[in-house]
Amino acid sequence: MRNPEQIFAILFQLTQLLLVVLAAPLLTGWVNQCQAWLQNRSGAGVLQPYRVLHKLFHKDALIADNASWLFRITPYIVFGCMWLAAAIIPIIAVDLPFSRAADVIALVGVFALARMFIALAAMDIGTSFGSMGARREMLVSFLAEPALLMVLFTSSLISHSTQLTHIVETFAHYKFILYPSLAFASVAFVMILLAENARIPVDNPSTHLELTMIHEAMILEYSARHLALIEWAASLKLFAYISIGIALFLPHGIIGVGNWAGLPLAVGLLLGKLMLAGAGLALLEAMMAKMRIFRAPEFLGTAFLLAVLGLLIHFLLGA
Amino acid sequence: MQIPLILQFVNLLASLLLLVVFAMLAQRRILSLINLFAWQGGILALSTFVVAYSTAQHHLYYSAGLTLILKVLLLPWLLHRLIRKLNVRWDVETLINIPTTMLVGIGLVIFSFNLAAPISQLSEGITRGLIGIALASVLLSLLMMLTRRKAVSQVVAFLSLENSLFFAATSATQGMPLVVEFGIALDVLVATFIFGIFFFQIRETFESLDITNMEKLKDD
Repeated sequence: MRNPEQIFAILFQLTQLLLVVLAAPLLTGWVNQCQAWLQNRSGAGVLQPYRVLHKLFHKDALIADNASWLFRITPYIVFGCMWLAAAIIPIIAVDLPFSRAADVIALVGVFALARMFIALAAMDIGTSFGSMGARREMLVSFLAEPALLMVLFTSSLISHSTQLTHIVETFAHYKFILYPSLAFASVAFVMILLAENARIPVDNPSTHLELTMIHEAMILEYSARHLALIEWAASLKLFAYISIGIALFLPHGIIGVGNWAGLPLAVGLLLGKLMLAGAGLALLEAMMAKMRIFRAPEFLGTAFLLAVLGLLIHFLLGA
Repeated sequence: MQIPLILQFVNLLASLLLLVVFAMLAQRRILSLINLFAWQGGILALSTFVVAYSTAQHHLYYSAGLTLILKVLLLPWLLHRLIRKLNVRWDVETLINIPTTMLVGIGLVIFSFNLAAPISQLSEGITRGLIGIALASVLLSLLMMLTRRKAVSQVVAFLSLENSLFFAATSATQGMPLVVEFGIALDVLVATFIFGIFFFQIRETFESLDITNMEKLKDD
């Protein structure tokens, strides 16, 4: 650690890690608050997720008798995966030390790892709800994953790199160019974001109705600190997905490592974008109705096709 | 290869046009189908306007205005009135299910992009990709006409086909003479009126707008 640049890079990485983990529940709270406003309710306030986390961390954990080590370890793995994902994505600065460790394909793999563990843990207890939720989650995610990869490939083709850092640098710092292929990719990405984060047309994050829940069915058996970690991980996942969206489609304002003067502006811009994205998400959810579960493959198939169309458009127009 | 911003914008509009056609292909509700058709008209008018501005051809401004009035305001309004009178707001029965249709659609897009590649090599640089996109939109609209069972959605598909052709004409060859465009616009308007009358006739004869009922005619 003799080189000051390396120290700066690590400081930036730590700043981003802390910022993300502390701000993720705030984003969830903001989305919920916007939804409450749209539904003419007063809402619980943007700080409600913190209160829920605080409450859950101070309770005693109940674990089923037949739960194995897998069930106990899963919340930590899921939380770790989401935090790692948030460390890889250039959220406030590009070229962070972690971002070199993994490209976008590895990033999708990190999400897949978390998903696999949460599905296994759901089946571990052996309740019917758990396995039903796990199967549904797999149905949704195995369709969402190729679509997400296609979206990422579109932007990789434009920037000639699968490193998110390079993608962001290409889009943010070069001359202003309109990319028609990214129009398709962004629509597909929004659909994938809704499906992967258990948002309304595919799943409802606030439901506990047997027939419709997907994500909530998987985590029914968790309580106290385990549930808190999973809820926090869900917030982190939403934050990470929105950050990927920002990195791909609205990267202006993400700074380079060591640029302390630009940091306040970068954080301010990030907050603004996140607030806009959260409000947009709430609005989108307010306008749509929950789909039947068997419509979900069609929804995600459409997302996949749009992403493929984006690729085709890129080859045709070269942009 | 850096192309001017205004042509990038035309490219973007072309892609949006293709996106709207795909959305129409995936749409189950007639009401949303008509709204999407209005959006398509809007994109078309905007792209015509941009082409008019970039090539300084004054007659294209009139053409853009004509598109705006006819395809964004008048035709959707007529179609809305029609479906309100016919009371067919909800269902669009498709012959093939929608994911399969979309897959066929992707195949058509690849086919037309390949087909248009040698043609666009010939044309001078600026509008290379647009022929492919316009051709894909034409084929997708044809696909929609084939896969829809209700007469109203078939007519919307027909109008979308006309929009795609119009887009090909304005963006790839920089427009037809104004007289021709005016004639086509009038034709489409008259066609929509006639279709409207047809709908009522079909419904009176078969008590439904489902055109598979027309196969009964063979027995008579």
